[in-house]
Amino acid sequence: MVKVKIWGSLVEATGFEYVNVEGTNFIELLENLQLKYPGLRPQIQRGVSLAIDGKIYKESWFTPIRKDSEVVLMPFMIGG
Amino acid sequence: MCSKKDEMKKKFRVVGTRPIRPDGIEKVTGQALYGADLHAPNMLVGKMLRINEPHAIIKSINISKAQKLPGVKAIITFQDFMEVSTNKTNDILENCLANKKVLYDGHAVAAVAAINSEIAKKALDLIDIELEMLPFVVDVDTAMQKGSPVVQLGRKHENVSDDFSDNVTSFCSFGHGILEDGYKNAAKVIERSFKTPSVHQGYIEPHACLASMTADGRSDLWCCTQGQYNVRAICADIMGIEESKLRVTASEIGGGFGGKTTVFIEPIALALSLKAGHPVKIVMTREEVFKATGPTVSSSIDIKMGMSKLGIITAAHAVIRYEGGAFPNETYELGAQSAFAAYDLKAVKSEGYNVLTNRPAQAAYRAPGAPQAIFAVESAVDELCEQLNLDPLETRLKNAAKKGTKASYGPTFDEIGLIATLESAKKHPHYAAPLAQNQGRGISCGFWFNFGGNTCVSLNINFDGTVGIIEGNPDIGGSRASISQMAAEELGIPLERIRTVIADTNSLGHNDVTDGSRVTFSVGLATIKAAKAAKKEMCKRVAKLWKIHEDAVIWKDGYVLPAGPNAGDQEPLSLKEIAAMSAQTGGPIAGHHEVNAEGAGVSFGVHLVDVEVDPETGQTKILRYTVFQDAGKAVHPSYVEGQMQGGSVQGIGWALNEEYIYDSSGKLQNSGFLDYRIPVASDLPMIEPVILEIPNPGHPYGVRGVGETSIVPPLAAICNAVSRATNIRFTELPLSPPKVLSAILGKE
Repeated sequence: MVKVKIWGSLVEATGFEYVNVEGTNFIELLENLQLKYPGLRPQIQRGVSLAIDGKIYKESWFTPIRKDSEVVLMPFMIGG
Repeated sequence: MCSKKDEMKKKFRVVGTRPIRPDGIEKVTGQALYGADLHAPNMLVGKMLRINEPHAIIKSINISKAQKLPGVKAIITFQDFMEVSTNKTNDILENCLANKKVLYDGHAVAAVAAINSEIAKKALDLIDIELEMLPFVVDVDTAMQKGSPVVQLGRKHENVSDDFSDNVTSFCSFGHGILEDGYKNAAKVIERSFKTPSVHQGYIEPHACLASMTADGRSDLWCCTQGQYNVRAICADIMGIEESKLRVTASEIGGGFGGKTTVFIEPIALALSLKAGHPVKIVMTREEVFKATGPTVSSSIDIKMGMSKLGIITAAHAVIRYEGGAFPNETYELGAQSAFAAYDLKAVKSEGYNVLTNRPAQAAYRAPGAPQAIFAVESAVDELCEQLNLDPLETRLKNAAKKGTKASYGPTFDEIGLIATLESAKKHPHYAAPLAQNQGRGISCGFWFNFGGNTCVSLNINFDGTVGIIEGNPDIGGSRASISQMAAEELGIPLERIRTVIADTNSLGHNDVTDGSRVTFSVGLATIKAAKAAKKEMCKRVAKLWKIHEDAVIWKDGYVLPAGPNAGDQEPLSLKEIAAMSAQTGGPIAGHHEVNAEGAGVSFGVHLVDVEVDPETGQTKILRYTVFQDAGKAVHPSYVEGQMQGGSVQGIGWALNEEYIYDSSGKLQNSGFLDYRIPVASDLPMIEPVILEIPNPGHPYGVRGVGETSIVPPLAAICNAVSRATNIRFTELPLSPPKVLSAILGKE
């Protein structure tokens, strides 16, 4: 299980600021988050990023995630 | 093989030098081809009919009279387009050409292609439009209230409270800790409200494109853009064709700053070309650029912040309301995430709202969303320092985020350079320089995330030993120079032997838009890896030639050498000599690399500014301005300095003069550079850039993006300086002379 921090306005969808889900990489984690917490699905479908051990990943599905990684769900990021 | 850490510490031969810019001669002699410079045989001129009303139902559009005008070859409206696949693409199309409603002053409703500009303009006058006017709203706070005119229905996300009008589409919040506990521990708590106006990116080159589309869907599009692949994806979707049928070529670009990361005219030119059977060129006027292309969001922000006697921020809360025009956007999320990123806080919360108004759709502008939010936060920090009699720089140092800090938006920071930039500012003579009457000094921190993204690079070793690099990101900040430098460094050959060009969409795989300060980082990374691949191939060929194993040769300073005495005593072979034997040793030699680059590494900056305020006119003069920023490794320091100076100047304009001014009828009153005042050289002192180099562990040479952070601090730095010069706390930008004078007179 990987511990994932959920951002404030999504906590309503999970009930917790931190949730534990299975997943060894970016895409597995997102899939399992949606399965376990369907309330997260609209936001995940609109787009999210993951911060894994302090680095922001926008869409790299196969980015490995360790069980002890710090994982933070973030909105999909854009720049100028 | 040297380790990654050793590589980052190594002494560079080309990286870090300041060679002459490769695009300089073309640009100063006028030979560079910008969007409006492109012509095609039998080309038609495209013009758009724009409505000068803020909100109206389109009852009918009658084009029959215009169609009969000799020389008119095609007229289109929204009805000429098929349904598109996503809400997002539909929003882009509806922003180009209104569907059922005019949503802002300047919204286009039809487009004409004619044999010349005069006939096209006459045809626009002959189009009959019947409108039913609707009430409108252009102010963010008003637009949020129940009962306010609704710009678009059905855009509200599931988590937005019903207490707001339907203009509030999205909500987010971030943070950690218990605010109330923090406020209890504070010596002083302040609550303030701030406002920032919409400002335009202000690029000098207006949007321009030339499109040629045939009945079978094969199309060519030349345009000024920050991302030709993005233009292709959007236009192919809108036109209902496969991406491979549409080739998009990016012209030279006269500034973008985020504003050229989407499309405004390109699908219109394609549709006109398809209908007319001729190439069609559209060039926007300056008025059109102001009225119908993206300004920034305007903002209304509340801050509550507590500070201890010693200057520790005990709790901080921001409520950020961004209005981004008539279509939803995500800038509010970036504002809410970046607001408190500079600080190590135990209790912090930021909430963000996106709000629809009858204004043009916002577009990205350098660090989108961050300058507004950080303006509010840094103003509050400064006021608390003043009230508690604390040094504003020392206080920022006490609270500064560092390695191990849990950022307000969630992750824990790795190596970051904020403390180093603050220490550098503290030691700089600027911070201790004396000030005279009516003068004030302001400081602000700034932050931006920086991104990587999808990137392809192809590096070809020509038979004469020169090198051609093909990359896919328009050069808006000197990337061709820095990419060539990194390739020269890696290959060990003179820079003059390398030329980097920007590919069209059919000549190289997908590249993300030039945005997010990503290009020098990610294209540079891909270039280094492409060069390594080419070196490996050259080593392999030489090993074969010398009849020894591949592992028995090494690459050093542009030569292949035997790895040691056991490998033999062959004379080293240079890249030029190996290139000359390409045909005989297996054919052309190339390296390429494709990656979704991650690990861009966040960026911090600190700005110091001295101003003098004329108490009789309210005018603010910038006396001295110093920028401290971590560049990771400055590949071409002059370009890095240019980014730091350019962002600062744009921020100075935002702080002092720039704003979209709407009248009581919802119409934009200053859609030209005479009335929309951007800074000019005579307004400014020399902006002194101080580059810090704290290597980014995510890049082989330690490079970090530098393009956006520099626009973040100026808003608060200048406002803090003006507030200290006048002893009046300002909370609303711009600090234009009438506003400052009125405050001074009010105080008296």
